[in-house]
Amino acid sequence: MTVAQALIAPFADYAFMRRALVACMALAIGSGPVGVLLMLRRMSLMGDAMSHAVLPGAAVGFIAAGLSLWGMTLGGIAAGLIVAVLAGAVSRNTLLREDASLAGFYLASLALGVMLVSTHGNSLDLLHILFGTILAVNDAALFLVGGIASLSTVVLAAIYRPLVMECCDPVFLRSVGGRGGFYHLVFLVLVVLNLVAGFQALGTLMAVGLMMLPALCARFWAREVASMIGVAIGVAFASGYLGLLVSYHFRAPSGPSIVLVAAAVYGLSIVFGRRGGLLAGIVRRRHFHR
Amino acid sequence: MSRSAISLENLTVSYDRHPAVHHLTGGFAAGSLTAVVGPNGAGKSTLLKAIAGLLKPDEGRIACGAEIAYLPQVAEIDREFPIAVADFVAAGAWSRCGGFRALRVDVGAALGRVGLESFAARGIGTLSGGQFQRMRFARLILQDAPVILLDEPFAAIDARTVADLMRLIGAWQAAGKTVVAVLHELDLVRAAFPETLLLMREAVAWGPTRAVLTPERLAAMRESAMRFDDDPEICTLGGAA
Repeated sequence: MTVAQALIAPFADYAFMRRALVACMALAIGSGPVGVLLMLRRMSLMGDAMSHAVLPGAAVGFIAAGLSLWGMTLGGIAAGLIVAVLAGAVSRNTLLREDASLAGFYLASLALGVMLVSTHGNSLDLLHILFGTILAVNDAALFLVGGIASLSTVVLAAIYRPLVMECCDPVFLRSVGGRGGFYHLVFLVLVVLNLVAGFQALGTLMAVGLMMLPALCARFWAREVASMIGVAIGVAFASGYLGLLVSYHFRAPSGPSIVLVAAAVYGLSIVFGRRGGLLAGIVRRRHFHR
Repeated sequence: MSRSAISLENLTVSYDRHPAVHHLTGGFAAGSLTAVVGPNGAGKSTLLKAIAGLLKPDEGRIACGAEIAYLPQVAEIDREFPIAVADFVAAGAWSRCGGFRALRVDVGAALGRVGLESFAARGIGTLSGGQFQRMRFARLILQDAPVILLDEPFAAIDARTVADLMRLIGAWQAAGKTVVAVLHELDLVRAAFPETLLLMREAVAWGPTRAVLTPERLAAMRESAMRFDDDPEICTLGGAA
């Protein structure tokens, strides 16, 4: 087997691999930008919390409609939005900060989700919901993931300027009457949608990996928000492609393979990253005359 | 007395029921240049935030018909945020272009006026403290508001930058804008600010700088540590129950 064959043949030979690759591309386009903005808002752990929050909703969908795409999707979206809104309300009306109140809600959600699935299904179902089955992505799931990525891209493009300003200088945005809170809410909806899209393919626990890890990598390579988004999409898609190959050749589960590849890129970025990487701090580049 | 650009009527703003600004009444005349001075915790920043509409008064009214540009203390910004200087400054046009319309603004000219012509493409994280403040003033130029509020604009800023930015403030006043600045540099206040409000929750004195900054008042200001009373009485001034 040549290298080229090893890299291309799995996708040429098997339709399920091609579908998985397209799903990864859609996830990269949808989740990459959202992850970058989460990171810049210092809400990296928020994605994690929300992904757990999706679980009980998906479980309720699963109990109501079995392993049905739409049941679990709608349940996941509903649960994610409820937790996001509740956590926001708690942090606004009590002394708890948003990250702390989210932690409270997502721990409860995770426990509730595991409880629901394990009392109403078998452990295989639980594994499916927690870790997804990207190799079993069917046409309907592909349309859902692609649709969410498209919607997310269009909405993000539309609210890009206020959203970036809300991250960069929220006090300024408030002082000029730019309704930052509204865009924050729209953005949270996008986070939930993209997590639900990722959950189809990677499961609730792994979906956030393809959202945050590429974003963290991008911080080490790009200087502005727009270029960071580009890097994040590239890293996410490359992780999806390489992760699928790893999964295929080594018979490893696909979700963890993809996220581990992204984690490896993250490790490399920490060491070699052009902006603030470890080596960049050690190796002195020759400086300019002026 | 010319008409007021900002008038305050029995204004009280508090945190957790402890007043930071207490029954303040008065006005900033249109086209005036006023320094707000006072000890720590005297309510200076709170007053500016309330005028800018970022804090709700507990009591009383603030009347300001004109658009306001507000420059908070520099500590309130993430200085490592990955955005280019030109993009940061362009946001000054927000009230005209909003979040969606095309930005038709002369960012280059605004950067030129603060001496940052060649910095447009740099990331804001690469600027020094003085350069960062110059950049924020460039954004104020693009905001082009008739009322400008500055909260400690010269804290930890080098003398040359202070001089350059003071020239800009002078130009704003000459153009008829109303400028209110919270300052700690009393020499600068005496040299460049015609009006002063000495604030210690309430207005201790408000008027021409020379009349306000008397040696006795300055001594009293240095002596006073603003106390935080753990067991305060409920205020009954101004009809409050």
